[in-house]
Amino acid sequence: MSGNNIIGEAAIRAGCRFYAGYPITPQNELTEYMAEHIRNEEGGVFIQSESEIAAINMIAGASAAGLRVMTSSSSPGISLKQEGISSMAACELPGIIVNIMRGGPGLGNIRPSQGDYFQATRGGGHGDYRTIVLAPASGQELADLTMTAFDLADKYRTPAMILADGMMGQMMEPVIFKKPKPRQYSEKFMLRGAGTGKSKFIRGLLLDPIDSEAHNWKLARKYEVITKNETRFEEHRIDDADMVIVAYGTAARIAKGAIKRLRDQGMKVGLFRPITLWPFPELKLRALSAKVKNFLVFEMSTGQMLEDVRLALQGYADIEFHGRPGGAVPTPAELANVIAKIYDKKD
Amino acid sequence: MIVKTIFSGFGGQGVLMMGISLANSAMNKGYHVTYLPAYGAEMRGGTANCTVAVGDEEIASPVASEPDYLIVMNSPSLFSFQNKVSSGGTIFINSSIIDARPNRQDVKTICVPCADMALELGNSRVANIIMMGAFIKKSDVVSPEIYLKCLETIMGSRKKALAEINRKAFAVGFDYIKD
Repeated sequence: MSGNNIIGEAAIRAGCRFYAGYPITPQNELTEYMAEHIRNEEGGVFIQSESEIAAINMIAGASAAGLRVMTSSSSPGISLKQEGISSMAACELPGIIVNIMRGGPGLGNIRPSQGDYFQATRGGGHGDYRTIVLAPASGQELADLTMTAFDLADKYRTPAMILADGMMGQMMEPVIFKKPKPRQYSEKFMLRGAGTGKSKFIRGLLLDPIDSEAHNWKLARKYEVITKNETRFEEHRIDDADMVIVAYGTAARIAKGAIKRLRDQGMKVGLFRPITLWPFPELKLRALSAKVKNFLVFEMSTGQMLEDVRLALQGYADIEFHGRPGGAVPTPAELANVIAKIYDKKD
Repeated sequence: MIVKTIFSGFGGQGVLMMGISLANSAMNKGYHVTYLPAYGAEMRGGTANCTVAVGDEEIASPVASEPDYLIVMNSPSLFSFQNKVSSGGTIFINSSIIDARPNRQDVKTICVPCADMALELGNSRVANIIMMGAFIKKSDVVSPEIYLKCLETIMGSRKKALAEINRKAFAVGFDYIKD
């Protein structure tokens, strides 16, 4: 299955019952898949909305009504959704936003890119908030992390983002769908008509600064808990490494190919792959700098995760950077040459 | 063992279908496999190519630095990709419409006039399957039986009428290659 279809199938299996989206390459297969498959015996609503902005607000509404919800788009469309994402964070509404990144800025092009890292990990919209960001690097992980994203969004009542790129979205790989966990989400957060009971409110507008400040600190404490409990990463051939590549998603796959080549030539290179981009696996990376002193950050951008790596390593190790922005995808051989040059210099 | 193949041509020539059918049949045989398409915004007449990696170990990168096989269905594809092919690799050329030949001495070249052969069969659209016949015979990535069975599954019930012509086309391409 293609990556886009894998996300769709995993979402439906995880109990996603409401999807709204507006077409944009390279994520169209996902919208198409949801159109065809979300309606099943348990219900399910698909809406091709009039715009990206409408889609994010529709899923916010459906989330408030208690459904598992998802929307998807690609870079320019995700920019349009930011107001809604900020609003969902403020209202503590769970929901999944899928960003299949393409070349930017502006309309850019339709080739794979990783230029939306800042937007995804820094909140993206206005206000003091964060979004959980998961970065899958294989067909299998697209399936697993989509299910995880729904669980995390519910658990912390916050929007979560799947951040992949055009290559992850369109590439096909074999996949085995795991059994999703049963949903745990209290009815007290759902607006389904008060009847004769007490009325409930979900709102992001808090005019009194005292209330608003308290709400902001409440969200901040929640983000601290997420940071403490939900950091995920993969280490690959790191035990004897003299040099570690830090890369996520598609870039990490290319890096793995490069590392295989370099290992064949006797160079001890490993990979550190953040799976959660927010929360960033900062402590783990810092701990690694106790034994490895040379790091190379590789991104399909001009250097965004690079800043998080600098913050994590705090000057304890040397950091080099290689980037291919704007939809360019390097081959493993090209990256291997870059790494080898730096490796030899350090030797 | 990891075998990487790039299929390339115009949008509309069935280039992506060639890759999808190879990837699926290799998956059915139990191999690790990745299929990576790249195509322009236009459906027909634009550029289209895909990379298929098949291996008995985990495939690190779906992007191929040096493919073992290159299948080109139009001239621009030959110029774009011939220099990427690994030394000792093989280039399959749709010689019905490509006059140029690779400018490298360290690769094998196999010319298959698949567009003309398809016209002889009465359906210009099966040129890609004829080429797949030649490719499967030479590369031996999967058996012809597995490939054909898989092709039928991918084509689905809507295109059952095409199954027969596809089978014929595959056989013509397969037999075109003499050992």
